[in-house]
Amino acid sequence: MFESLANWLVFDLLSIAKDSQLGGSLQFFVMDITKIFFMLVLIIYLMGLFRSFVSPEKVRSYIQGKSKFTARIMAILLGAVTPFCSCSSVPLFIGFVEAGIPLGVTFSFLIASPMINEIAVVMLIGIVGWKIAILYVLSGLVVAFVGGMIIERFKPERWVEDYVWKIQMGQAPTIEADNSLNARHRYAYAEVKEIVGRIWKWVILGVGLGALFHGYFPEEWATSLSDKNNFLAVPMSVLIGVPLYSNAVGVIPLAEAMLLKGVAIGTTLAFMMSIAAISLPEIMILRKVIKWQALALFTAIVTVSIIFVGWFFNIIT
Amino acid sequence: MIEVKVLGSGCANCETTMKLIEDVTSENGIAINLEKVEDMAEIMSYGIMSTPGVLVDGKIAHAGGIPDKKTILGWFSSSCCPADDNCC
Repeated sequence: MFESLANWLVFDLLSIAKDSQLGGSLQFFVMDITKIFFMLVLIIYLMGLFRSFVSPEKVRSYIQGKSKFTARIMAILLGAVTPFCSCSSVPLFIGFVEAGIPLGVTFSFLIASPMINEIAVVMLIGIVGWKIAILYVLSGLVVAFVGGMIIERFKPERWVEDYVWKIQMGQAPTIEADNSLNARHRYAYAEVKEIVGRIWKWVILGVGLGALFHGYFPEEWATSLSDKNNFLAVPMSVLIGVPLYSNAVGVIPLAEAMLLKGVAIGTTLAFMMSIAAISLPEIMILRKVIKWQALALFTAIVTVSIIFVGWFFNIIT
Repeated sequence: MIEVKVLGSGCANCETTMKLIEDVTSENGIAINLEKVEDMAEIMSYGIMSTPGVLVDGKIAHAGGIPDKKTILGWFSSSCCPADDNCC
């Protein structure tokens, strides 16, 4: 459906030659843009409906008092389905600490939340197919699980700012919430408006870059990155990805172009994950609650886990 | 005068929420005393983990994300909503 729309618009209406570089790029751009926006609106709406049932306050009380293994699994799954605006990570962190949830579990949550989100999954399904989308989600879960576990070994409690331990969480009474379906619909609709309003530029930019590379990706780059036996390709792409920051959305079209040009799957996944999982703004915000040693450790462990995931996928594919 | 507090550590969403509450209340002639709370200890003391949170007369009306105008108006019709037929 989206492909024929793009074909019609680019080749028939604008009558650009099918085999030209410009035609190829443009058709690809139109096709992806329409497809992605359609899916984004649909999925964000459905997730918004779902999210009107699950709040972090509820998450906290679910996890509280569970065994460490169960708590971690739940924290990661809930982190995956509930993306939080990064300005919420401080109250979230304090809330978890206050509930006596182990720090390692909190870190698992903090890793899973930005890395796995419905927008990334939509873009992946729409652009590179559901198989890689599933692989991406699974490896995200693994990185969050293992990363949090390793961080715990370093006893990160000593790096938590003192005031955090002193905060007592209370519970104010709640206004009787409007739980009607209509209210949930309005919530979901507001989510769509807010999220699409915020990310549309990035989607267009990302798809635009992807389309550009689709027509113009330099062959030499691709071949140097695409050699599976090139052991260094994964760490190289992760080291490029870590300082880059995008909310997993902008980078996916680029990933598609990389895959199309034969860059190995593990290398591509690792690149995407490193961009999504670690972001400077989030680190700066978390600095309010933990010292830089813990943040450096967090960054290092996540980076290394992602590199291993990349190698793993390169080996099995 | 209704006491309204917006809880949040100064992110863009909190500013937007403040602005929306101001707009809705002034459009509907509702007298409120709007205050912004940025102190983390105080925010947590209300049991709020997702910001922006909104407190209306000491009760949590909202937590996380930007509320829409209709929802905001709903907070101030505490003696229930006579205009809304299928309510209560």
